[in-house]
Amino acid sequence: MAQVTLDSVRKIYPNGVEAVTPASFQIKDGEFVVLVGPSGCGKSTLLRMIAGLEDITEGALCIGDNVVNTLDPADRDIAMVFQNYALYPHMTVRKNIAYGLKNRKTPKDVIAQKVDEAAKMLNLTDYLDRKPAQLSGGQRQRVAMGRAIVRDPALFLFDEPLSNLDAKLRNQMRIEIKALQRRLGVTSIYVTHDQVEAMTMADRIIVLNGGRIEQIGTPSEIYHNPASTFVASFMGAPPMNLVGAEMQDGTLSFAGLELPLASSMRGPVTLGLRPEDLIIDSHGPLAMEVELIEELGAHRLLHGQVDGQRLTVHLAKEEQVALGPLRLSCRVQNLCLFHPETGQRMDGGFAFNPAQTRTEERV
Amino acid sequence: MKRAGFASRWLPILLLVPQLSIILVFFYWPAAYAVKSSFYLQDPFGFGQTFVGLENYASLSNSAEYFKVTNFTVIFTVLVTFFSLALALLLAVKADKVIRGAKTYRTLLMWVYAVAPPVAGFVGLLLFNQRWGPLTEFFGSLGWDFNLRADYFDTAFAMVVVSVWKQVPVNFIFFLSGLQSIPKSVREAALIDNRSASGRFWDVTFPLLAPTGFFLLIINITYALFDTFGVIDTLVQGEPGNNPMTLVYKVYVDGFRGNDLGGSSAQSVVLMVLVLALTVFQFRMVEKRIHYT
Repeated sequence: MAQVTLDSVRKIYPNGVEAVTPASFQIKDGEFVVLVGPSGCGKSTLLRMIAGLEDITEGALCIGDNVVNTLDPADRDIAMVFQNYALYPHMTVRKNIAYGLKNRKTPKDVIAQKVDEAAKMLNLTDYLDRKPAQLSGGQRQRVAMGRAIVRDPALFLFDEPLSNLDAKLRNQMRIEIKALQRRLGVTSIYVTHDQVEAMTMADRIIVLNGGRIEQIGTPSEIYHNPASTFVASFMGAPPMNLVGAEMQDGTLSFAGLELPLASSMRGPVTLGLRPEDLIIDSHGPLAMEVELIEELGAHRLLHGQVDGQRLTVHLAKEEQVALGPLRLSCRVQNLCLFHPETGQRMDGGFAFNPAQTRTEERV
Repeated sequence: MKRAGFASRWLPILLLVPQLSIILVFFYWPAAYAVKSSFYLQDPFGFGQTFVGLENYASLSNSAEYFKVTNFTVIFTVLVTFFSLALALLLAVKADKVIRGAKTYRTLLMWVYAVAPPVAGFVGLLLFNQRWGPLTEFFGSLGWDFNLRADYFDTAFAMVVVSVWKQVPVNFIFFLSGLQSIPKSVREAALIDNRSASGRFWDVTFPLLAPTGFFLLIINITYALFDTFGVIDTLVQGEPGNNPMTLVYKVYVDGFRGNDLGGSSAQSVVLMVLVLALTVFQFRMVEKRIHYT
């Protein structure tokens, strides 16, 4: 177990493409960190550099107290779970799990004991003498997990381990992996493009876009305080509503909504509203034209337009709605303001003060 | 799996006819003819034949020369198969690691594939030429008085070298494509599990190449036994004399140079049975240990 420190770690491929711009962050001992972003954002490259499967162009990578930039993958005290499991097809499950230990000169009886323990933990005891081809996707993924945990590494690396599984199995394995990591307390870095996995599994999330770190924070911070329109629209399903609004004379206005703000900013801004912060209110300032209702059982999603801009509203199942006109208000505390061109968060310096708004909580 | 059907019972048979007739005309008929003529003694001037039963086989089993040729064939086949597989595997593993200029490197290695066996033999003749062959000169500088076609061992050496050289590119192509079909992530997993490169090769890469290797083993044994005919014929220039030759070349020499069609037929029948037995043995014994993905 160990902490991991990246100091301006950068990756430039021989063809000149900068896959990862200098990235610096620290992962605490025992922490579960998720790297999330769309495909091509550099999250896998970053993980592979930590694993030693890609060279680090610049910067320093420390696992524990040692700089490991030049160490071979086998000497970094890491274990990795791959997207397509990467099991050795010619070896039985037992040999697959034992292979890493065998090469580290572990005594035979210790290997046997550890393999049995891991197999029990992962419900693989009955399958130890089978070949990977005779297993289902979920079982193969568990073998890959077993191969990682028997080694007692300082660091677990997961490269989209669930993306080859079907949705139901994915939910189940997500919980299993998280529970296992909790139990073993091993520092883990997990790469995914699935924001649900990121939100549910992570102690901290690192959001990447175009090789750059957009934001680092707990799932709650990332969700409620996105640092940019990219993070706001990537995290959360449905994503945050992003609409064009106007700042003038200390007032933010969007459609019929007017909010006094302690700011001297002027001009256009992007306003971010989470779908669940919009509330049906017959006296509300926003007039919405509902065009589509998505029934999801536990809740409903309304899609429509306010002042010509698309908006999604999250509704509890008790609320009655119909297509057509509807009036909304919103919870002010959770509004976010972004720069209309750069997409960066702007309201860091001032808070929406409920005392200054005309009604206490709602407008 | 879904079974595709034919509308008519006769269509599949009709479609098989061309292939079957080729096998029939060029394999079964000559083979049957060889078996038949191995029981006869032919008049060398073509005036008829006499049934002699197993006499041709009996004289084979008493022939010291035949055993000498058999011995040489076994050694030759083992050497050619081993070295052409081993060299090709080594080159393929190295070529697989090359990143820059990989295409040029691979093309250069595959080039020899396009050379016909007699041409390869002719190139061998030039390389090992008594007076000005560069390899002869090189061996001379090492104190080895190399004598192609005069010295039994030296001729055998040249035959093995040229035959291996000719076969390496074919094996190389197969091994390289075999290597490239091993999933990248499996190799990376091995990279994390085992710090020794040779350990990774023997534990992971080699077993995953085994299906390719087994296929090539059969192809190479067949090559060494039969297809090296052109190389040998060019190197001994049709007159083996005291030079080494393989069983298939002896079939040709006895049958068409010595006009002993009966004896030559008996030899080819024996060769056929040996190859058949060897192939069955390989499939029974070796294939069991191979994992097909």
